[in-house]
Amino acid sequence: MSDFSDFAWTAENAAEAQRLIGLYPPGRQASAVMPLLWLAQYQMRDETGVAWLPVPVIEYVANQIGMPYIRAYEVASFYTMYNLKPIGRYHVQLCGTTPCLLRGSDEIMKACHDKGLKKGATTADGLFTLTEVECLGACANAPMVQINDHNYEDLTYATMRSILDALERGETPATGSQIGRTASCPEGGATTLKEMVGG
Amino acid sequence: MLADKDRIFTNLYGFQPWNLDAARTRGDWADTKELMSVGPDAVIDAVKASGLRGRGGAGFPTGMKWSFMPKTPNPDRPSYLVVNADESEPGSCKDREIIRHDPHKLIEGALIAGFAMRARAAFIYIRGEYIAEARVLMAAVEEAYAAGLIGRNACGTGYDFDVVVHRGGGAYICGEETAMIESLEGKKGQPRLKPPFPAGAGLYGNPTTVNNVESIAVVPTILRRGPEWFAAIGRPKNEGTKLFQISGHVNRPCVVEEAMSIPFRQLIDEHCGGIRGGWDNLLAVIPGGSSVPLVPAHQIIDCPMDFDALRDLKSGLGTAAIIVMDKSTDIVRAIARLSYFYKHESCGQCTPCREGTGWMWRVMERLVTGDAEAHEIDMLLEVTTQVEGHTICALGDAAAWPIQGLIRHFRPEIEARIARRKGFVQVPGLAVAAE
Repeated sequence: MSDFSDFAWTAENAAEAQRLIGLYPPGRQASAVMPLLWLAQYQMRDETGVAWLPVPVIEYVANQIGMPYIRAYEVASFYTMYNLKPIGRYHVQLCGTTPCLLRGSDEIMKACHDKGLKKGATTADGLFTLTEVECLGACANAPMVQINDHNYEDLTYATMRSILDALERGETPATGSQIGRTASCPEGGATTLKEMVGG
Repeated sequence: MLADKDRIFTNLYGFQPWNLDAARTRGDWADTKELMSVGPDAVIDAVKASGLRGRGGAGFPTGMKWSFMPKTPNPDRPSYLVVNADESEPGSCKDREIIRHDPHKLIEGALIAGFAMRARAAFIYIRGEYIAEARVLMAAVEEAYAAGLIGRNACGTGYDFDVVVHRGGGAYICGEETAMIESLEGKKGQPRLKPPFPAGAGLYGNPTTVNNVESIAVVPTILRRGPEWFAAIGRPKNEGTKLFQISGHVNRPCVVEEAMSIPFRQLIDEHCGGIRGGWDNLLAVIPGGSSVPLVPAHQIIDCPMDFDALRDLKSGLGTAAIIVMDKSTDIVRAIARLSYFYKHESCGQCTPCREGTGWMWRVMERLVTGDAEAHEIDMLLEVTTQVEGHTICALGDAAAWPIQGLIRHFRPEIEARIARRKGFVQVPGLAVAAE
């Protein structure tokens, strides 16, 4: 699949694509462009190890719903989560917006730099791409990063380093809060709903 | 403090499972058919009587919004409910907790709200970065279909109602209701001119109402406990409970459901363990997400956290995303980072916003280091007023307001940086440390 011009859904994804198109009213299949681009990007990740959308894949999606290529490209290029260029195996998306900034995202960025990651670039071994992103909506657990499908929250310089080291070793580091919080519950225990949480 | 028995989101932190069985033990889906048996108009009247104002930022009365929808929809133009789960306003992280821990409250609310506005279906537009959350929500929707709670003859009411979860792709602008509709139609998310308003011509040109996740998810509980229960919490015109999201320089950041109008100090002391370094160390607060102007410490400490009290401080409750900044904060940089956010998220459709957000950010970056002339502060303020109100959607306003708030309250700090950069160690009326 050198230039990806032979991209085609797997049997499972072909059925999923039909299901997704069917979620929208008849004649409104254009609405399925975003879910189909998502599906294609995931299939690319499964098949090549890199989650991105080369031109022939976007064309394939556009053809399926009878949409001109340029309109599908317009969608793919408008939304930042569709990758139009290959990225590393692990996409480290570091939130640098003010709530994370206030809780020390500079230190998290430094941990990435010290590990050899550079903002906006992929490491030479193809393992990591580092992107500074805008607010990811986990502000009560700042600072945080999202790596592929998972959040790592309540980070420090040291925990960020150890997460990157673990990924490099091929391990699966624990996701979520890195200081043992349950979701956005206050550190040290809930102040409300104590009966519900059993203490 | 709000009593636990008056909290709506009893699984806010996910100490219990999110699934249907667990949701039923928390009271969800208990008597949905009876709640709907009063008819659509009675549901709207109850929501109006509860005083519920939209939880997505603008605070528009929810029941009134629903009443704008056609009472006898044309079968060729079915009405739609769109649930805004594109939570992207910096500081906001409440809808995430509803979706991943209490999704059935949202789905049941969507059915009841959709019924009240005579909609055929709900589209829940969830931001692309909420990956695990979207998985939970999609699984919960499947559970609800399998149990006959939504879909054909939903809950045995004879009413057909579909729920579709649609993932976004990482664009803040899609939280604007008409941009969200464009995105749902398979286009890039650029806002539409209003009028026509979505209630007249929205998704696919059909009547549409867009509501925030929290606004929809509280509705079943309001109907179960009665609008008077909800209306008795908080101050007049600011009724109900609210999910507050506290980030930044408090000892224990968290999301918590509290009574609307709770004083800032009480909220922070009871749930967040106080301000880092104590109350004397508080510098300023952004009380409603990045778009609202900051409020200096002395003004906010005893302020009720609600729509009207914060409006009186020339700020706003917004999404109740409270960003706390102590005296260690580089306040100019904190706001400059928000200017970068708006520059990054401008959709590029309107020139004042496309050009203005970048221009404002570049000046803000120079103000951080003091590499500017004093008169540029007024020039920046003037440019914010040229962006504000001159764009199709409110993103231009949202980019202008944080800068206006900064200059309103911290002008001497900006001037001191400029003077320091120029080598003056003393500014009249200001003590500036020599470096």
